[in-house]
Amino acid sequence: MLFTSYGFIGFLAVLFVLYYLIPKRFQWILLLLGSYVFYTLASPKYMLYILATTVTTFYAAKYIGRLTVEQKKYIKINKETLTSEEKKTYKAKIKTVQKKWLIGTMLLNFGILAVAKYTNFAIANLNYMFEATGQSFQLSFWNIALPMGISFYTFQSMGYLIDVYRGKYEAQNHLPKFALFVSFFPQLIQGPISRYDDMSKTLYQEHSYDQNTVKRGFQRILWGYFKKVVIADRLLVAVTTIVQAPEVYDGVFVFIGMLLYAYQLYADFTGGIDITIGIAQVFGVQLKENFQQPYFSKNIAEYWRRWHITMGTWFKDYLFYPISVSKPMLKLSKFSRQKFGDAIGKRIPVYLATLIVWFTTGLWHGSSWNFIVWGLMNGIVIILSLEMKPFYEWFHGKFNVQHLWYFKLFQIIRTILLMSSIRMFDTYRNVPLTFKMFGTMFTRFDISDLWNRDLMGFGLSLGDYVILFVCLIVLVLVSTIQTRGSVRDWLSQKSPVFQYAVHYALILALLVFGAYGINYDSSQFIYNQF
Amino acid sequence: MKELIEILKGLHPDVDFENTTTLIDDQILDSFDIITLITEIDSVFDVQIPAEEIVPERFNSAKALYELIEELLEDN
Amino acid sequence: MRRKYIWNSLGIIFLLVSLVFLQNLFMPKYASGIVEGGMIETYYDEPKNHDVIFIGDCEVYGNFSPVTLWKEYGIKSFIRGSAQQLIWHSYYLMEETLKYEKPDVIVFNVLSLKYNEPQREAYNRMTLDGMKLSMTKIRAIQASMLEEESLVEYIFPFLRYHTRWNELTQDDFNYLIDKPDLFHNGYYMRVDVNPVTSIPRKRPLPDYSFGENAMSYLDGMVALAKENDVELVLIKAPTIYPVWYDEWDDFITEYADKQGLMYVNLLERADEIGIDFQTDTYDGGLHMNLAGAEKLSRYFGNILVEAFELEDHRNNLEVKGVWSEKVAFYQEMIDSQVAEIERYGHLVSWGNPREEDEEE
Repeated sequence: MLFTSYGFIGFLAVLFVLYYLIPKRFQWILLLLGSYVFYTLASPKYMLYILATTVTTFYAAKYIGRLTVEQKKYIKINKETLTSEEKKTYKAKIKTVQKKWLIGTMLLNFGILAVAKYTNFAIANLNYMFEATGQSFQLSFWNIALPMGISFYTFQSMGYLIDVYRGKYEAQNHLPKFALFVSFFPQLIQGPISRYDDMSKTLYQEHSYDQNTVKRGFQRILWGYFKKVVIADRLLVAVTTIVQAPEVYDGVFVFIGMLLYAYQLYADFTGGIDITIGIAQVFGVQLKENFQQPYFSKNIAEYWRRWHITMGTWFKDYLFYPISVSKPMLKLSKFSRQKFGDAIGKRIPVYLATLIVWFTTGLWHGSSWNFIVWGLMNGIVIILSLEMKPFYEWFHGKFNVQHLWYFKLFQIIRTILLMSSIRMFDTYRNVPLTFKMFGTMFTRFDISDLWNRDLMGFGLSLGDYVILFVCLIVLVLVSTIQTRGSVRDWLSQKSPVFQYAVHYALILALLVFGAYGINYDSSQFIYNQF
Repeated sequence: MKELIEILKGLHPDVDFENTTTLIDDQILDSFDIITLITEIDSVFDVQIPAEEIVPERFNSAKALYELIEELLEDN
Repeated sequence: MRRKYIWNSLGIIFLLVSLVFLQNLFMPKYASGIVEGGMIETYYDEPKNHDVIFIGDCEVYGNFSPVTLWKEYGIKSFIRGSAQQLIWHSYYLMEETLKYEKPDVIVFNVLSLKYNEPQREAYNRMTLDGMKLSMTKIRAIQASMLEEESLVEYIFPFLRYHTRWNELTQDDFNYLIDKPDLFHNGYYMRVDVNPVTSIPRKRPLPDYSFGENAMSYLDGMVALAKENDVELVLIKAPTIYPVWYDEWDDFITEYADKQGLMYVNLLERADEIGIDFQTDTYDGGLHMNLAGAEKLSRYFGNILVEAFELEDHRNNLEVKGVWSEKVAFYQEMIDSQVAEIERYGHLVSWGNPREEDEEE
C-alpha cells in the first residue's frame, strides 16, 4: 500500500474519522491497530520480523532500564556505608551486565537486518571471488524480499535501546505502546527515524480534535502529494529512460539526467516526508523534521546537516561519536600524533571515523557496491573540503565575496552539482558505468544534441516541461519563505480569499497535473489504443 | 579552565569562548571539532569523554564542558 | 463563526463544481473519429418500451438497423452495442436494461464468447463509462477490470482522464454539455462500400471450447431471460471477419437446443438474405454498410415477427410520432453521407483513419 494508492487514501480517511470518534484513551491503540493493518497489507509474511524486533528491544531495554534504577536506588540507600571504591565496582558490575544485554540485542536485530538485506549481496561477492579464483562452485541466491521499512524501524529501535543504556531516559514499560513507537505507519516506509524521547511526548497523548492542527496536517499532506505526484512521478519516466539507455543518452543527456534526478529525488523524498509528518500531525503526533531546504546548502557538510537529518544525526550519535571517542581510537590518535606529528595525528581518528560512517551509510542505503562507493565518495568529499578549509579562509580573507549574493548562489549551485554527480552512483547502480557516463559528460558533451536529438524522446512532452519549470519556481519560492519561517504561518496571515485560492490551486493542480492513474507512463491514450 | 580555553582557541581563534553559550546551537562547533576537542582533552586532562555525554547541554559553553571534565576527573 | 461556516461551504462547493466541470471536459467525447464510445449512454434518453433489444459488439451495432425494423414491421428496437463488447459487459447491460423495461426479445450476438478474460482498458471504458452509476455498473466494472485498473477511476472518471489536459481538442469544448446525435437507436450507419477482397483462413485452434468464465455469463444471461420472462435469441452476424469456426457453431447450436433458445447463424444464410460482400460491407467484410444492414434487418425482422408474434406499432399514433422523427434523422444522415461521398469520393466526417483491427 503506497502513499499514492487510492487504498491508502481510503485507509487514512477511515482511520482519521475513527480517531476522533472513539474515546481518547483508545486513540493510541487505534494507531497501533492501524499500523499493524498497514504493515500486514503491505507484507503479511514479514509481520514476524517487526514483531521480533519490537519484543526483543522492548524486554532488553526494560531490563537495562530496571538495572539502572536499581543501581541508583542501591547507591542512594547505602550512600553512607559504601566507599567510593565500592560504589565504582558496583556500578561497573551493573554496567557490564547492561552492556551484555545491549550488545546481544543489537547483534540480534542488526543481524536480522543484515541477513534480510545483505545475504544476497554477500553471496554475489562470494560468487565473484570464486569465479576470480577459478573455482566453478557458485552459491545460489536466497529468495527473500526485504521486509518493508526494516532499515528504518531497526535503526529507530536500536536508537531507543542505546539511549536507555546510556541512561538518557527511562524505558517504556508497556509493550503495546512500545510496539506503536516501532511501527507507527506513516514513518514505516521512509522514515524519519524518530527518537523515543521526542516522539513519545505526543504519540501516546490523548488528542482532542483541534481544527488548526488538523488543518495544518492536511495542508502538509496536500503539499507532499503535490511534490510527489505532480513533480517526482512525472520526472520518473524521463530519468528512467535516460538511465536505462546509457548507450543512447550520453554526454549532455547524462548531465540533464543528473539534474532531473536531483529534482526528482528532492520532490519524491521531501514530498514523502511531508506526507508522513502531515499524517502524524493530523493525528496530533509531532515528528522531527527531516529536511531543511537542503539545496540551499553552501557546502557538502552543511548539505548533510539539512538533508535526511534524522538519518544523519542517528549515524552521528550512535556511530560517529562512539567510534571517534572509543578507547582504541583515542589510543590511535595519541600514537599517530607521536609518530606523524600533531597535524596528521589529529586528522587520523576524525577521517577514519568519517570513512567508516559513510561506508555504513552507503551500505544502509542499499546492498550493492554502487551505494558503498556513493557513501565513500561523500566521505571523501567531506574530508577534502575539511582539507580545503585553510584555502577557503585565505580566499575569503583576500577577496571579500562571502556576502555577495552571486557568490552564495555560486556556492549553492556548486554544492548541488557536486551532490548530484555523486548521486549518479545511485541512478546508474553500477560503479564502472557511473564513471564511464560521468566521463562522457566531458568527452561527448555536445549541447546541440539537445535540439538535434529529440528532447521529447524521453517521455516528457512540452506541456510536462512547462509544468516542471513552473513547479521549480514554486519550490524555490516556498523554500525561500521556509528559510524565514513556516509557510503555513505565512499563509495563515493572508486574506481568506488568498488562502482559499492557494488551496484551490494546489488541489486542482494535484488532481489535473498529477502523474497518477492507470497507464500514466504510456503516452498512449485510449484513442490511440482503439 | 585556562587549558580548555586554549584548546578551543586552537580550533576557532576568533570565537569568544569565555562568554559564548551556544557553541552547538549556533553550529560554531561541528562534529569534527567535537572529536578533535575530545582527543585534545584526553591528551591534556587524561579524561575520556564517553559518547553519551556528547549532547548540546555539555558542549554549548566552555563552562559546561569544564564541569563535565571535572565530573569525569572526580569519577576517576 | 456562522459566516465562516458559510464561506467554507461555498468554497468546497465551488471546488466540487470545478471538478465536475473538469470531469466533463476531460471525458472523451467520442464525437468524431472513434464515435463508438458514445453509444451506450444514448439509451437513457429513449422511451423504455422496446419490443426488441440487441446486445453485443460491433456485429450488432453495425449490422442491424432499428429504423428498418420499424419501417418494415413496426418493431420498436434498440441496440445496446459497444465496441468489442465482451460477454460480461453484455450480461450487465442486459441486467441493467431489464431494470428499465421488459422487452419481448433480447438478441445476443455470440461472437464474444471467444474471449474468456478482459482484454483492453479502452474496450472496458467504451462500454462502461457510458453506463449510469448503479450497483449493476459497479458489478460490471468489477467483472471487467484488468489488473492495473481500479474501481475508483471508473466511479470518478476524472481520475482516469485527467491526463488529457494536454490533448484537449475543440470537440471537448463543443460537446461539454450536449453530445451530437450520431446513432439511430444504437445503430452505427455507414453508407460507403469497401468490398471483401479475401476470405480469412481458418487456422486450426488447439481447443474449440469456450472459456468457463465466458460460458458462465452466457448461462447468466439465459437465467436472467427466464427470470424476466424475456425471449433470448442467440445470433451470429453475417460478417466474414473474424473467423467463426464450425466447431463453435456446433457447440452453440447444441447449447441453444438444450436451453430451449433460438439460435440463428446468419453467416450461413448470407446468400439467402441476399448479402453481396462486394457491395454490402464498408470495410472488407468486418461490418455491414447501410445496404447490408437493411437487408439483414429485413430478413431477421421477419424471423422475429414470425417466431414471437411481435406487435406492429405502425398504427399507434403516439409511437409513430416518435419514430417518424427517427426516420427523418435517419434519412438526413443517409443524404449527408451520400453527399460526402459524392463530393470527396469517400466519407470524411465518419470513420477514422485507423488501421482496421482484425478483432473488430
